[in-house]
Amino acid sequence: MAYISLPTPALPYPTAMHIPDGFLSGPVAGVGYALAAVFVAIAVWRTNRSLGEKSVPLMGVTAACIFAAQMMNFPVAGGTSGHLLGATLAAILVGPWAAIIVMTSVIGVQGLMFQDGGLSALGFNVFNMGVITALLGYGIYYLTTLLANGQRGWILPTGVFVASWITVMLAAFATSIELAVSDTSPLNVVLPAMMGVHALIGIGEGLITTAAVTFVLTTRPDLIEQPQRMAPQGGLS
Amino acid sequence: MTKKGYVALLLVGIGIALVIALFSPLASSSPDGLERVAEDKAFLDKGKDAPYEVIADYAFPWVDNEDVATILAGIVGVLVVTALVLALGLGLRALSKRAAIAGTNLAGPAPPTSAGGKTGPEER
Repeated sequence: MAYISLPTPALPYPTAMHIPDGFLSGPVAGVGYALAAVFVAIAVWRTNRSLGEKSVPLMGVTAACIFAAQMMNFPVAGGTSGHLLGATLAAILVGPWAAIIVMTSVIGVQGLMFQDGGLSALGFNVFNMGVITALLGYGIYYLTTLLANGQRGWILPTGVFVASWITVMLAAFATSIELAVSDTSPLNVVLPAMMGVHALIGIGEGLITTAAVTFVLTTRPDLIEQPQRMAPQGGLS
Repeated sequence: MTKKGYVALLLVGIGIALVIALFSPLASSSPDGLERVAEDKAFLDKGKDAPYEVIADYAFPWVDNEDVATILAGIVGVLVVTALVLALGLGLRALSKRAAIAGTNLAGPAPPTSAGGKTGPEER
């Protein structure tokens, strides 16, 4: 997309915007690459000894759907749109470490091939949207499964919703810090603005993720590895 | 998982993704969260264009019809991402199997079904 300061008509097509080049200072971008590299390495180390057979096609399918869903910007208030991150969804479906690999692949292809997210910002785009989100989203989901303890009902879907919403807020929080440290925008300006708009986008994330998880639990419950046994038909029903 | 189940999962999942891609021209064209904040807080112009473009802005080049360009971009993206992740997954899976066969389990949690030396077909 063009970054223009003169007034322009709304860009006609999905303009999903991860952090572009120019928003992060050199050192901050470097830290982003380092953090992303460390966590992707841990993810590879964790998955290359324990990846189950059914995980491979499920990882591919999850990545395909998250890529497509990220193109579907949905409107939120005030002429703003949001789109799915999908890290919580991926973590629930394939586990947190495989999810990091899925998300890194999606964000990498978006940056390298679709110019969505800058090359210099790729490290932090992966870290913000694919690493900390997958880990926190899975953590909250895991606690929820303990709480639900195999019961059907609202606990699990509510937990999935909350996990999704919080991960969007976490990604927005991390991005704000990175922008502030890069001197792109002061923290007291960018943080409230980012948290405010992403509180709304997070609702969309929560609804989509909850619907998707419920769909899989209803149609193919065997695909989701349960940290603890859950109701086979668990979900919104 | 049977071979049939494996293929069915792939086809259905990729099919769902492609159907979503078909609807991508309906996506909201409003600026997204970060772009909105960048605009409102006057730092959008600090952004720089990418040094090169392949399928920038999710619009397939050389296609005039914007809807078609977006759908094509979506289809290409879905296929590339799927191929990449399947390749990575198969690679990691091969390493997993080797770790299971070796039964060394040097680090990390034991694979659930790989009590040392099990080489037969996997669970299910």
